[in-house]
Amino acid sequence: MILNRLNIEKNFQNISLISASLVFVLIFSIFITLFVSAAPAINEFGLDFIIDSDWNKRAIATDNLHKEKGIFSKNHLEVQRYSIKDINDINADNDKDMMIDVDETNTKTIYGGLVPIVGTILTTLIALIFSLPIAMGIAVFLAEIAPKHISNIVGVAIELLAAIPSIIFGMWGLYYFAPMITKFFGGYQVSLLTAGLVLGVMILPFIASLTRDSMKTTPNVLKESAYALGATKFEVIKDIIFPYSRVGIIGSIILALGRALGETMAVAFLIGSVFVLPSALTKPTISIPVAMANNFGGASGLGESSLFYLTLILFAISFSIISFAKFFFLKRA
Amino acid sequence: MPALNIQDFSFTYKGSDEVSLNNITLPIMKNAITSLIGPSGCGKSTLLRSMNRIHDLYQGNIYNGKIDFFDIKTEQIINILEIKTENEFIKLRQKVGMIFQKPTPFPMSIFDNIAYGLKISGIKNKSELQDKVEQALVSSALFDEVKDRLHKPATSLSSGQQQRLCIARAIAVEPDVLLFDEPTSSLDPISTGAIEELIVELKNDISIAIVTHNMQQASRISDYTAFMHQGTLIEYDKTENIFLNPQEQKTENYITGRFD
Amino acid sequence: MRLLINKIFLLLSITSSIIGLSFLAWILITLFIKGFSSFHLSLFMNDLIDGGLRNLLIGQIILASLASLIGIPIGITAGIYIQEYGRGKYSHLIRDLSDIMMSAPSIVIGAFVYAIVVVPSGGTSGFAGAIALAIMLTPVVIITTDNMLSLIPKELREAGIAIGASKYKVILHIVMRSAKVGIMTGILLAFARIVGETAPLLFTSETSNYLSLNLSDSFPSLTVSIYELANEPEASSRDLAWAASLILTLLVLFINLSSRYILRNKK
Repeated sequence: MILNRLNIEKNFQNISLISASLVFVLIFSIFITLFVSAAPAINEFGLDFIIDSDWNKRAIATDNLHKEKGIFSKNHLEVQRYSIKDINDINADNDKDMMIDVDETNTKTIYGGLVPIVGTILTTLIALIFSLPIAMGIAVFLAEIAPKHISNIVGVAIELLAAIPSIIFGMWGLYYFAPMITKFFGGYQVSLLTAGLVLGVMILPFIASLTRDSMKTTPNVLKESAYALGATKFEVIKDIIFPYSRVGIIGSIILALGRALGETMAVAFLIGSVFVLPSALTKPTISIPVAMANNFGGASGLGESSLFYLTLILFAISFSIISFAKFFFLKRA
Repeated sequence: MPALNIQDFSFTYKGSDEVSLNNITLPIMKNAITSLIGPSGCGKSTLLRSMNRIHDLYQGNIYNGKIDFFDIKTEQIINILEIKTENEFIKLRQKVGMIFQKPTPFPMSIFDNIAYGLKISGIKNKSELQDKVEQALVSSALFDEVKDRLHKPATSLSSGQQQRLCIARAIAVEPDVLLFDEPTSSLDPISTGAIEELIVELKNDISIAIVTHNMQQASRISDYTAFMHQGTLIEYDKTENIFLNPQEQKTENYITGRFD
Repeated sequence: MRLLINKIFLLLSITSSIIGLSFLAWILITLFIKGFSSFHLSLFMNDLIDGGLRNLLIGQIILASLASLIGIPIGITAGIYIQEYGRGKYSHLIRDLSDIMMSAPSIVIGAFVYAIVVVPSGGTSGFAGAIALAIMLTPVVIITTDNMLSLIPKELREAGIAIGASKYKVILHIVMRSAKVGIMTGILLAFARIVGETAPLLFTSETSNYLSLNLSDSFPSLTVSIYELANEPEASSRDLAWAASLILTLLVLFINLSSRYILRNKK
């Protein structure tokens, strides 16, 4: 009878241990899987993938001096990129013996991830710059200014905003917010700017709630001490509450950054999805999640592997930033 | 001349059915220490916190009566219960300071802590700030211990030192009245002794009201004592009278420990 | 002067809150106006092939429910391990990893499940989609369970042991029972979150025009279809996307509000 109990106890403990370990296994598997799937692209392009802005371009290897059909090199500096049209143009100008023949043996498709990487970083930065002041204002309102029942209602409203699925932000953003943005700033309706601003609206409630929670950890006596000296509400918030909860607030912001990096659907509607480095904020471009969302379906071979490479980079950056926020700022009691 | 004259003061917390303070009439005498004693829940902290209207941070409380404050500088008497504008609140709190039960060092350096009240009241001159901070630290017997580390965080001090820091911070703005809410209840006996000494010295320049649940403390340091029970002022007199010759039965019961 | 700064600051804070609320209102109003104009009962009776949303709604809920069937038991038991059995570094690591996974990009999960399920099995499937959603759900359940259990005072556990109950009994019968409401609320909120997800399903279960509830094939998904419809040139597709968006949002907000209501009442 007691042995039976011990057995169940042991089993229960083991089962829960196994469940918990699945998390570890999962993260490990994700990294490995992404790495394995990205391996062909990593092998082919190496770290230059990160600074190369040509995506899906035909490249031809030429030796300028000898115009030989050369050996392909991993060093992209030795490979000149031409579109097929360019090659035809060059050939049109060249003498017969200087013509470049384009065939299977001397061309390959090059993938470079700079554009989506830049797009991911820039949309996130725009989102942060836009949402930070508003989110701080809301947090201050909820934590210190609003009377209790208003604070509750507004707090719930902010959390509902956070609950709205990202695809809805995409729909609303594209058909309603973006037109308003372009009215003020000009430019394209699908652009880095519009994507960044809609992303900003998405992370707004997140930053606001977390900041409010941090602010609320300030002990009441500390605040009362400051008021007892004749401080105004602004001074108490500025000199007491913010310094006291500074670590938590910064952690929340970094965490929001980590989340925004991985946002797909809202950005997919609004960024334009072209592998072109934007010459202005109001021009379309692409981000890593959007590159995946729109291109993965039809991709294969090196193209698919390159998308996995991008995904691996995204996961690595996102994981690092979130870990950074957690371990340095958001220490739990 | 009392620094604060409390007359027929009643107070009810927001949303409460019961009155917390019942028609209290009590002077806080100038340049003297008045202690408020009584069992838990008798309202002594509530009364103290009414004297600088710190209750008003939390809306909805109801009060009646009068609390007259005699402003030394302007030689005017103001009923602090009639204060409505933010400006007047700030001015009141600069004249009537408060020290709390737990030490509350601000998240800044020792120097900045003491200077805080001065800075927000507009004093920007560095040397003036330096002088006043030093003066406050000397007056609170803390200067020697911290003079070499004024720019270290205030949280690096021990609790006894932190509480003296809070006192220094409060006296730096040169208030007329200081309210102490059980200031030594979280401290060890030695720190307690140091603070009691400090409070006694301060009364030469400042009028003091102190809430304490420690009767020995009240009898040691205060000139006047008010005994409260269930929101009512039972007896107020010179301290020696309260402890040696109480008039009310309830007072005697409390002092002799027969209270239930 | 100080008071002026104070007033300005308060005003700015109130303005920010109004801006935040306006965004919420704007989105909701937009959804209602655009969604309702294309709304009629036939949406619930026809499948996408006939211009309705029935298969998509059913499909999305099935996917989320299946994901919950997988993720909830794993999440709760893992949460129990961290809080009740774990000691030291390993359980803290699991807790931190779960926390990190909660904020991880959903498209990464989709790519992962594609590589380990879709590719070996030869094609997209509802099963793969459910797994992807389960991977998103589980960390949330773990963290919720862990948090709710940590709120239970240790005296309760000690009292249980003192009567002679074995540890697992104390956990299941006493501790979990006390934390039940909080955990359920957390689970509901997690469900609301995954029911609105699109990215994890894009390459795992894709979507379908039919009410084909075959889990080993492409499975109808409301969110994926909204994305596809929105990208189609026809105005009717977009109208349908709006109607679908409205229904999705109402569903998510309803779950959110009711779980808050339950939590408030139980307190």
